[in-house]
Amino acid sequence: MDKNKKSFFKNEGVQAVIASLICVVLGLLIGFIVLLCINPAGAGKAIVDMMKNFFAYKTSSLQLKYFGSTLVKSAPLVLCSLSILFCYKVGLFNIGAAGQYTIGAGFALYAALAWNLPWWLCIIVAAFSGAVLGTISGILKAYCNVNEVISGIMLNWISLYCMNMLLESVKEETSPYTKNLAAVNRKAILPTLGLDKVFGNKYVTIAIPLAIIMAVIVWIVLEKTKFGYELKATGFNRHAAKYCGMAEKRNMIITLSIGGAIAGFGAAMFYLTGIEQWNCSQSSVPGMGFNGIAAAFLGGLNPIGSIFSSYFIQHITEGGANVDLRVYSRQIADLVSAIIIYLCGFVFFMKYVMKKMIAKREEAAKLATEKETAEEDKNEGGENK
Amino acid sequence: MDINSQPYAIEMRNITKRFPGIIANDNITLGLKKGEIHALLGENGAGKSTLMSVLFGLYQPEEGEILKDGVPVKINDPNDANALGIGMVHQHFKLIECFSVLDNIILGVEPNKLGFINKKEAREKVLALSGKYGLSVDPDAIIEDITVGMQQRTEILKMLYRDNEILIFDEPTAVLTPQEIEELMQIMRRLAAEGKSILFISHKLNEIMEVADRCTVLRRGKMIGTVNIEDTTKEELSRMMVGRDVELTVHKNDMKTGDVVLSVENLTVASRIHKKDAVKYVSFYVRSGEIVCIAGIDGNGQTELVYGITGLEPVKSGKITLCGEDITHASIRKRSTSGMSHIPEDRHKHGLVLDYSLEDNIVLQKYFEPEFTNNLGFLNRENIRKYAETLIDRFDIRSGQGAVTTARSMSGGNQQKAIVAREIDKDPDLLVAVQPTRGLDVGAIEFIHKKLVDMRNAGKAVLLVSLELEEVMSVPDRILVMYEGEIVGELDPKTTTTEELGLYMAGAKRGAVNNG
Repeated sequence: MDKNKKSFFKNEGVQAVIASLICVVLGLLIGFIVLLCINPAGAGKAIVDMMKNFFAYKTSSLQLKYFGSTLVKSAPLVLCSLSILFCYKVGLFNIGAAGQYTIGAGFALYAALAWNLPWWLCIIVAAFSGAVLGTISGILKAYCNVNEVISGIMLNWISLYCMNMLLESVKEETSPYTKNLAAVNRKAILPTLGLDKVFGNKYVTIAIPLAIIMAVIVWIVLEKTKFGYELKATGFNRHAAKYCGMAEKRNMIITLSIGGAIAGFGAAMFYLTGIEQWNCSQSSVPGMGFNGIAAAFLGGLNPIGSIFSSYFIQHITEGGANVDLRVYSRQIADLVSAIIIYLCGFVFFMKYVMKKMIAKREEAAKLATEKETAEEDKNEGGENK
Repeated sequence: MDINSQPYAIEMRNITKRFPGIIANDNITLGLKKGEIHALLGENGAGKSTLMSVLFGLYQPEEGEILKDGVPVKINDPNDANALGIGMVHQHFKLIECFSVLDNIILGVEPNKLGFINKKEAREKVLALSGKYGLSVDPDAIIEDITVGMQQRTEILKMLYRDNEILIFDEPTAVLTPQEIEELMQIMRRLAAEGKSILFISHKLNEIMEVADRCTVLRRGKMIGTVNIEDTTKEELSRMMVGRDVELTVHKNDMKTGDVVLSVENLTVASRIHKKDAVKYVSFYVRSGEIVCIAGIDGNGQTELVYGITGLEPVKSGKITLCGEDITHASIRKRSTSGMSHIPEDRHKHGLVLDYSLEDNIVLQKYFEPEFTNNLGFLNRENIRKYAETLIDRFDIRSGQGAVTTARSMSGGNQQKAIVAREIDKDPDLLVAVQPTRGLDVGAIEFIHKKLVDMRNAGKAVLLVSLELEEVMSVPDRILVMYEGEIVGELDPKTTTTEELGLYMAGAKRGAVNNG
């Protein structure tokens, strides 16, 4: 019995899930403490509101509708976290996912609004543009030894301002926002396959099942194929990959291209639902790519795990909007969800701590049994005499 | 017993040090007499380093005590050890490359007046010490300009300058030529005669037999015993170290050599470290059925030569031919599939993906073959497992969980066996083996030497690169000595002596090289 229990906790998957849950709980706890410090009276209600998100609504149809919106925002996050996770497995930290997401958003909207392309072509344009941006980072890394984090961050800003400039040409005359997609080009809206009716929310589209399918594909590629074997080998040990004849530079570039394509695809999955219009005067890179980092780590760097972690992060963020604005300022909701997301990054630290604790306990148990047997031996020796 | 009348200079009593999952030192007792040279012998992972770290205050033992001159002492950190007069020459020297010898010696204990360093006083003391013990150094020379031997003497002077009484030498001969080794032995004897107590950590039996008074043997964290060198033999020591009888000599019959398999002409490879070329116009050949060894002191271009041949670094000029095919600019994969196997110098850097399982590492050179990858690019896990298990069985690779063990958790010897298995089973025409036995225990060395000879007997060509003199003298059919990027001599291991080899290695002698 005892042995079975031990092996259960020694299981990598179980450890990952437990570590993720610990991080979530810690994040909520610290978020709660911050709320307490600011205004003790409303803290309990605020944290519950955040947790509840759409459950706060009275009727089940409203609950379903807002569950739908959380899902709509989760789909691009899943893809951003997949982009980061995929590159991370190859030893690359694709912080440029934010820029790849931005450029994907820009080109998806431009293809839809300026070129009147149908949705599936818009997706391809978005993924391709993200891939191009990723490839730039990849080439710089492979041939000029430029750190992908540095080039990624710079490209994030470059792509933001390029997209602002590009989308100026398709923005509404009276506002800084791009034209309404549904009004200009209905063909570009993602098909819903009836999901909109199920949720009673017109923004719920095939983006959600596509994101899940993509997660499964990434998992299969990484775990089951020769390509994944090569990529992971390159990530774990670049020198060994080179030694056994893998084209480690090419692998690096391809990885960042694919990462970029996934992020760009994710942007299309969001903006082609029509839920949000691009603000051409925005001065910050959309947070989706950065939140993808937290989602990837909270999901234990597992493609399937990132589906759940992405949902959780969006759940908290959406829930934050429900916090009573008479008690707390609007920024507090963002702050608390940021704290929770930040702590999500500690999953691997938690796993490390857990492993150490298990090892220590085993050591102690071993010592105890050794002592016992030694004493037994002594006793037996005595009896024999 | 008379020993009890004079307490040990340093005594470690019943030392036990545990790490999670392993007992690194299990109840070890070691007494160092004043004025003796005491060898500490053991394989890699036997617990020598841990024991020395305990003595140096880097680790605190769970049980046991340390006595100096019979008085219990507490060593909490290296400063305590220094205060007790314990000094150590590390395997990798701790010297500042761009400082002079004198500056390095006085570093940390500079004699000063009102904050100004009084170098004159220091110089006099250093010169006096170097004269007394025969440690010839030029106090004003810059460390990066002097030989490894002189760097080591600087390290020794550092200990003497601090008036250390207990001197620890951690594998001091690994980086030296035979002549320098002989010199070091004399220095150690002189130090002992002057009343210094020396702990000499080594796994080289010849040196221990030559210089030590007593020897303590460790095996897997346990103390096997302490013996007087006078009353023991090399064979007994190796049996104590390994736990069984070991074949110390390599048996091989005469072989008729065949066609040239690898031919290298005027090969030049640039260095990554300095601006000069690391390999300069090197030419040689390896025929089937022979083992050719590139000997030399570490850092004379052997690494770069191998990188050039195996494709890890681009060559600057020259030509490499494998089985008649020009592979000078071929990709690594092309070289591999054309019949070249490579046991790399650094098994952790190049040889293994440590976070991969053993089976994934075993197919590292073969995973793309149809047997292991289908047309759609999916891995055939079943075949990979089967293949890995046959090799694990045939090469006796031991690990915790068999084929799925993470390579990182395996012992060094078994990691190396996995690489050797992978590279030999590729059935290559040419095997390039770079320091294939580095850091391995006697049993594993014996195994790998046997495999190299088997390859040769099967009519394959073997290019061995080695820094170990014993290996250079016993394994190959021909020796090529490399010095400062050039091949300076070709020797026949049957007729040459270690002294002659040493002269070539030190660049003091040059000979004709048969370039085929």
